[in-house]
Formats: sequence, structure tokens, C-alpha cells
Amino acid sequence: MITWAHAPAMTAAFLASLVEAVEALTIVLAVATVRGWRPAGLGALAGLTSLVLIVVALGPLLDRVPLHLLQLGIGILLLLFGMRWLRKAILRSAGVIPLHDEAVVFATETADLREQARRHEARLDWLAALASFKAVLLEGLEVVFVVIALSAGRELLVPASVGALAACLLVAGVGVVVHRPLARVPENTLKFVVGVMLTAFGIFWLGEGLGVAWPGADLAIVAFAVLFLAAGRAAVVVVRRPTAEALP
Amino acid sequence: MNILRAILRELTGLFVDDGALALEILAVVTLAGISASLMPDIPLATGGILLLGCLGVLFANVIRAGRRSTQVLRRD
Repeated sequence: MITWAHAPAMTAAFLASLVEAVEALTIVLAVATVRGWRPAGLGALAGLTSLVLIVVALGPLLDRVPLHLLQLGIGILLLLFGMRWLRKAILRSAGVIPLHDEAVVFATETADLREQARRHEARLDWLAALASFKAVLLEGLEVVFVVIALSAGRELLVPASVGALAACLLVAGVGVVVHRPLARVPENTLKFVVGVMLTAFGIFWLGEGLGVAWPGADLAIVAFAVLFLAAGRAAVVVVRRPTAEALP
Repeated sequence: MNILRAILRELTGLFVDDGALALEILAVVTLAGISASLMPDIPLATGGILLLGCLGVLFANVIRAGRRSTQVLRRD
């Protein structure tokens, strides 16, 4: 049964999957716009099938890894993954690097596919399906990693999977209805929050793997998240890029 | 082959974007590991190294990136 104790893992999985699903949807929509729903749908379906095969093949192996080794490994990967997202979100919020724009990604992908259409008309359906396959597989791998990492050895697989599945279904449903990239989703804010949460989980798992009994047990994750959120906001203020006019 | 290479590149990219950040995180983890093996009776020291180390690494990294970007602006 899912309880309030599962909320942090479920929320983190939901938000991370929302970001990834929006990115995958943009590419699938671009493929569908240029070449129709058949190659886009087939590519996406092949990507989803590959993801299921990867989970089925690798999932049982994780059960054989001793818990503290799993916590160490997953903790390091979560830190690398979460802090990478957090760094990027901070730099984007501060204006150091440009914001990710789904409308621009959609336009670029559509233009690329049209250019390929001009050069390889005969193979285009295959190339279009491949683009859709790659997008779903690569973004899906991130979702799978987040779900596995958040649930590592803590019986959180069901709530994390429910969160991820809900996000993917939500994005797919909205995508089918609006037929446009979801450019209004505040991607950078989501990445900021997810980066904070994954980093908090990473420090917690890694600490436990190294024998640290965190004060407050699982509540320490919330404290770490608050700390990293405050540090991230402070970093945005410190790093905020000055306008060209303001420079001496 | 190209698609496999692209997938491998993307997989690495999941965890490593800025090489310096990744190395600094691994350095903090190594320090925490050394602390855990040398001072197993004081596990909170390990926790402190991990928590404060990661906060410090993140802060230092984004400030460096911000400075680099400001220098580029000045040169422009």
C-alpha cells in the first residue's frame, strides 16, 4: 500500500519522468509531423519494448547485489545524476546558459528530418522511426534509472513506478490531445526540484552504504532536500549573469 | 554501430556533463570512504564530509562557470 512515507520517492519519480516524457514527446511529435504517425508510433513502441526487455533482463540481477554495495553504487550514480541536473538548472536560472526550449527542439528536429527527406527519400520512414525509437529509449533509460535508484533496496519500487507511469501517461495523453510540443511545462523548475531531490536521496543512500546512521532516519532526506534547495537558490543569486550594459 | 555509439554517449552523459563536477563529486565520495574506514566509530563525520563536501563542490562549480561566462562577456 502506498503511504505518505512514499511521497518523496513518488514525487521525485513523477517529476523526473515528466521532464523526460516531455522531451521524448517532442521528438516523437516531430517525426509524426514530418512522416506521419506510423513510423513515429512504431519507433516509440520499439523503444518501449526495448526498455521493458532491459528492465526484465537487469532487474533480477539487482536483487543479488548486497544491500550496502547497492546503496553505495546507486548513491554515487544518484549524486552524479542529481547534481548534474541541479548544476544545469542553477546555471539556466542564473542566465549563464540558455533555457531548454521544447519549441526550438521541435523546430530543429523537424528541419533535420525534412533535410533527411530531401537526401534519402526512400529510407525516410526507417530514419524517422529510428529517431522516434532513440528518443523513447534514451529518455526512457533515464526514467528507468531514476525509478531503480529511488527504490534501491527500500521497497519503494511500486510507489516510484506509479509516479513514473503517471507522468508518462499524463504527457502521452496531453500530447495526443494537443498535438504540440509541451513548451509551457516549466522544465527548468522541474529539473531544479528533481536535481535537489535526487541529490538528497544520493547523499542519504551513500551515507547509509558507508555506515552512517542519519539522525531522523528517512526524514534526513527532506532536510537534505531543503538544504540543497536553499543552497541552489543562493547560488542562482550569486551567479546571476550581469547584463552586457552593466559590465565595466 | 552509430546508434550504439550514440546510446553509449548518451548513457555516459546521464552522469557526466561537466567533467570537473563529476571528478569533484568522486573526490568527496573517496574522502567520505576514507573517513568511514579510518573513523568507523564517528559515522557522522563521514556524513558531514559527504553533505558539506557535495554542497561545497556544487557551489564552487557553478560560481566558476558563472565567472567563465562573465569573462567571455567582457571579452566580447
